[in-house]
Amino acid sequence: MNGVHDMGGMHGMGPIQPESDEPVFHARWEARVFAIVRAMSAWRKWNIDASRHQRELIAPAEYLRMTYYEKWHAGLLELMVKKGLVTREEIATGRASPATLPKVQPALTAEKVAAFTAQGSPTNRAIRTPPLFQPDDMIHTQNINPLGHTRLPRYARAKRGVIDRVHGAFVFPDTNAAFQGENPQHLYSVRFCARELWGEQAAARDCVYLDLWESYLEHPGANNNTRRGN
Amino acid sequence: MSDHDHDHDDRHHAPPSDLALRVAALESLLVEKGLVDPAALDALVDTYEHRIGPRNGAKVVARAWIDPAYKTRLLTDATAAIAELGFGGLQGEHMVAVENTPKVHNLVVCTLCSCYPLPILGLPPVWYKSAPYRSRAVLDPRGVLAEFGLTLDPETEIRVWDSTAEIRYLVVPERPAATEHLSEEQLAELVTRDSMIGVARATPAKAQNSA
Repeated sequence: MNGVHDMGGMHGMGPIQPESDEPVFHARWEARVFAIVRAMSAWRKWNIDASRHQRELIAPAEYLRMTYYEKWHAGLLELMVKKGLVTREEIATGRASPATLPKVQPALTAEKVAAFTAQGSPTNRAIRTPPLFQPDDMIHTQNINPLGHTRLPRYARAKRGVIDRVHGAFVFPDTNAAFQGENPQHLYSVRFCARELWGEQAAARDCVYLDLWESYLEHPGANNNTRRGN
Repeated sequence: MSDHDHDHDDRHHAPPSDLALRVAALESLLVEKGLVDPAALDALVDTYEHRIGPRNGAKVVARAWIDPAYKTRLLTDATAAIAELGFGGLQGEHMVAVENTPKVHNLVVCTLCSCYPLPILGLPPVWYKSAPYRSRAVLDPRGVLAEFGLTLDPETEIRVWDSTAEIRYLVVPERPAATEHLSEEQLAELVTRDSMIGVARATPAKAQNSA
């Protein structure tokens, strides 16, 4: 979606404000939100792409006002309600409805946190299809404006780039975020000249690399307008 | 961290005053429902406050500085090379290391959210997650670096890495001059978080206290 989260290339956001000796968390509630979101992810009722998309759905003015962990909190509430883990009434009252107790599976325990963190959730997948592109191939990015989640930022749409490396096949966020399947595709590191993205104001030598899925890309000769549908 | 330190940017960093209460209420609700174990939450917080942080990444960089074979492995298969030192996992499942040289400077950002290589750098600083950095790192990297006090030669090529997938990036900063006498542990002390994001160089040796 063309949301305010897609910030690459925007002006007017003000100066960068580094903080010396910054603490990991600025308040206890931030730490608790972080931990709750991580612990709730262990139920596997949603995935990382759905989590990101849920935060993108925060209204733009709110998104810009909110601190980082406020967004995590807001996104978590929506996902939990969507997946039936809590009701809005329970959130409002802070009390569990007797009908929803207890869970059969145990929650993530302290003993399992180390393994949970060390293992992570790899998103590479084996697929049979060979990659369509190879390093040094010229590509053209699609001009897409989907309502749902995508990892092709606006600033890199309908641009020419060069394949830098082939990462292998990875879960496709655009469908995974909508719970429409992992549909793994080949993922590429694509190099764009800064001037292709930003025009003559950019330094001639500079470049930007993005990790882009195969369906975001086409051969330079292909016509965008004839490729819709698949 | 006191509220005073945030006075300058209240516009972006002042959460509603009842948020702490709402989060506490949410936690007790989820505990009551058996959805979270408070001891697991404590362990998660402890992991990122005390066990995982930029010292991990600094060890990787220091090893790469002293061991050319390791550096080759790091630049070829960063996930495996980083795992050699015991680091990896959540949000570092798929790593790529990029090397700064006199001619090339690398800078990492996530314009779409705030992706960051947690196992080697810990949780990201607020500025990395903020709109000013996310919006301008790709558009005006030289301006962004200047804000961090880093002015590069106009002939230097800047490569900005926008973390749009699940690949996480580690910048291997240039080894500072006159550090031949330092041990691996002393070298690691020169490797700052910011130098591994690409907004700073590694700390010069002379600024280093003898360890």
